[in-house]
Amino acid sequence: MPEQPQIERPQSDRAQSDRAQSDRAMIEIRNVTRSYGSFKALDDASLTIREGEFFSLLGPSGCGKTTLLRMIAGFDNPTSGSIAVGGQPMEGIPANRRPTNMVFQSYAIFPHLNVEQNVAYGLKRLKLQGGEEKRRVEEALAQVSLTGLGKRLATELSGGQRQRVALARALVMRPKVLLLDEPLSALDKKLREQMQVELRRLQQAVGITFVLVTHDQYEALAMSDRIAVMFGGRIAQVASPKEIYQRPVNRQVADFLGGMNFVKAEIVEENGASLIVDTLGFGRVKTDKPKAFVRNGGAATLGIRPERLRVLWDNATAKFEVAGKVVERHYFGEITHLIVEIPGLEKPLSVTETNDFGADDIPVGTPIRLAYDPEALVAMGD
Amino acid sequence: MTAAVEGSPPLRMTRARRNALLQSEPVQGFALISPTFLYALILLVLPILVVIAHSFWTQHYLTIDRTFTLENYRVALTEPIYRDLLWRSLYISLTVSLFTVILAYPIAYFISFHGGRHKSLWLFLITIPFWTSYLLRVMSWKVILGYNGVLNSGLMGLGIIDEPSTALLYNSSAVIITLTHAWAAFAILPIFVSLEKVDRTLVEAATDLGDGPLRSFLRVTLPLSAPGVISAALIVMIPTVGDYVTPKLVGGKDGVMIANAIQAQFGKAANWPLGAALSVTTMLIVTLMAGATVLIIRALQRLAR
Amino acid sequence: MRARGFLSGGWLSVYAFLYIVFLYLPVIFLPIFSINTAPTPKFPLTGFTLQWYADLPHTPALLDAAWNSLKVGVCASVLATVLGILAARSITRYRYPARRAIHGLIMAPLVLPEVIVAISMLLVMLQLGLSLSLFTVVLGHVLVCIPYSMTVLTSGFEGFDRSLEEASADLGESAFGTFRRVTLPMVAPAIISSLLVCFTISLDEFIIAFFLTGTEATLPIYIWGQLRFASKLPGVLALGTLLLVASFLLMTIAEILRRRAARRTRNEGGLYA
Repeated sequence: MPEQPQIERPQSDRAQSDRAQSDRAMIEIRNVTRSYGSFKALDDASLTIREGEFFSLLGPSGCGKTTLLRMIAGFDNPTSGSIAVGGQPMEGIPANRRPTNMVFQSYAIFPHLNVEQNVAYGLKRLKLQGGEEKRRVEEALAQVSLTGLGKRLATELSGGQRQRVALARALVMRPKVLLLDEPLSALDKKLREQMQVELRRLQQAVGITFVLVTHDQYEALAMSDRIAVMFGGRIAQVASPKEIYQRPVNRQVADFLGGMNFVKAEIVEENGASLIVDTLGFGRVKTDKPKAFVRNGGAATLGIRPERLRVLWDNATAKFEVAGKVVERHYFGEITHLIVEIPGLEKPLSVTETNDFGADDIPVGTPIRLAYDPEALVAMGD
Repeated sequence: MTAAVEGSPPLRMTRARRNALLQSEPVQGFALISPTFLYALILLVLPILVVIAHSFWTQHYLTIDRTFTLENYRVALTEPIYRDLLWRSLYISLTVSLFTVILAYPIAYFISFHGGRHKSLWLFLITIPFWTSYLLRVMSWKVILGYNGVLNSGLMGLGIIDEPSTALLYNSSAVIITLTHAWAAFAILPIFVSLEKVDRTLVEAATDLGDGPLRSFLRVTLPLSAPGVISAALIVMIPTVGDYVTPKLVGGKDGVMIANAIQAQFGKAANWPLGAALSVTTMLIVTLMAGATVLIIRALQRLAR
Repeated sequence: MRARGFLSGGWLSVYAFLYIVFLYLPVIFLPIFSINTAPTPKFPLTGFTLQWYADLPHTPALLDAAWNSLKVGVCASVLATVLGILAARSITRYRYPARRAIHGLIMAPLVLPEVIVAISMLLVMLQLGLSLSLFTVVLGHVLVCIPYSMTVLTSGFEGFDRSLEEASADLGESAFGTFRRVTLPMVAPAIISSLLVCFTISLDEFIIAFFLTGTEATLPIYIWGQLRFASKLPGVLALGTLLLVASFLLMTIAEILRRRAARRTRNEGGLYA
């Protein structure tokens, strides 16, 4: 019975992971910097990726995520700092002797070889006995649902199939870590969503540590155990998808992971774990203080996701509510975006409401009340 | 001394840095190209330097006198025979490049804008004759233009002329016709490449803004393809100045060019320094002419706006 | 309306047709008169014969020249292609200072007057005391072949997805193994194409061979020598026709291979293929 309240609001970081992971570190990145002349592609990054984890490096292009991945693979070297994989320092070890394998963004399928020969490429050097090589190739092809296509030429494959060949070719090497460089970016939307599910399933089946580089926040949220969000060569936040989404450490992270309403606030009281702030629209709010919070005078920023604001219909009331007026309405099929002006707030609030109750029919200009949970209001650094 | 004081860490760092240097992109790239680069240095740059050196020396029978002198250049520039040859060579190569470019432009335009799916086939068709022996192509013009040649016998057969014309072969016109034919493909390719780079929406934009096809061609396509026209002109002009085979085979007395004189200095006349000075002068003049051509075409390009 | 017509495909295609005739007509006369019975090339044609071709194998000087041309062509094409591979790989794969300048220098023989290239090399070789022979001809031919080899190979190497080599290293293959198992098979058509192009150029090249050879003649030099004798013209026409056909075949194969190489390397980008 004491478990009861946690069903409503699970707190654990691991809640999204459906499987126990060890706490052993698989990849340790210590103060890694990569400079090209005066430009720092990666600036003093430190990160630990656990064994068996599906880890994503998320950020806009040029944030250093691919540079970091390529340094783990051995295609690039840190200007300073160290990288260890499986407890072994990687300095001076070339790419072909690292316990990592990579799925390239372009897939890099050898066009002069067929599917089987592509998958067996790395095994050839191992000189496996008997039918072991053939058996492993077939197993890998089965893992990615390509059984029977072994004799096809790379040029005869569709985008999705090429991606599977690239996966099989890396997995067949049984690496400690599988590195994926934007593997889904070249696929169309539908196939991409299907592959997200498959990749996640595959990772859980093989239990290998996956490190995924992506600029697509939904991809990272849907697949990862943990995410590192990167901007301008620096790691901004490392946490579970849920924490990243719900408790972004700063406005940049919040913005990158979907819509967020920002509200200016005055700090009334600050202690170890929490902040009490005054806002114009939401009144006095007590909120968790983010770990990296740096006080900058008396001002702070609060954020609330558009879907955490609910329309109050008719005479319904809520313990916490704000009142305003609908100024714009945008219809998106299953949901509607409402732009609501709140007296006292300099920017109107953006609200996402499902269309079950007729949010798509609310006329512009209607007075409206919105319910919110004070827990959904998060304080952020700028 | 410092290394001894500071111990081994700095030493390790230097080695690591040297390793990084050896593995760095520029060093690897340079190492890879160096054999070819050296080959070109030794068999192209060095020989040209030797030629330049010789042009300032004098020859007495079989020995070379290495005292600096400008005598060879004085001869090359003032002796009427060499001056005439130089002028004729320049005139011929300029005329040939003008003709090849004018004749080649419509073809390049046709392939680029109307070639459709057969672009590469057209290009292949046009370059194939170019890959056959230059000597043979010149020879075939001799066969065509000769006194008993194809053209004369053909025209007589058709009753247009009564006796073979001697005006066809052994003069500068024969040289110009032959060279224009021989260098045609060389002129088409650069123009085609630059036309391919012309963004088609720019032409559409010009049409949208009220230009007719001819005006949009003159104001957009032609100026944008000027770089191709420039390289086409140069790529024909520079080698044809020094052509040897064509004047020798179809030029006759009136079609002799500077290359024949240069060859003579290294052959029968055996005056290497004079031959060297003639070569250097030719190269200098053709460089000046090439520069002038670039400037003129650029100026025309600006006028078109 | 008239301006549209002037620039339209219709008029231009007529012009293109005439242009192609202009390009091919002179060349066509060689084979035509090589099977004509009359010893002088003039109209009307007198009758069909293969006599001039039948005479060719009975000319020892010609056979020597053919053998010399073959030796020179093979040596020059192999050397030029090896040097071309190194340079093309460096140009397409790496970025370094003076890259464009070095590239320009290597391509320079393409636009320099051949006579000047030839006499400068001649001067140096005489200064170095090198006696003129087929070897010096090979040296000269390599120099003029490299730019063509570079052009063919660069088009084969360009667009070669670097991640293919990275993938190979990632799968445990060494640098040499990667070259043998990935790079070489991918660019093989371009390399063969370069060999054929260089061989064709060397086979047809006259000026450099003329200046740099000693007593041994190559085919073009042999033809040049025969041109002085009007009576030898039909034989020269027959030989010329054979050379034309050889060049045409070699270049067609080279072009097909070059395109295959280019298609292969470029295919990697074709994600929607």
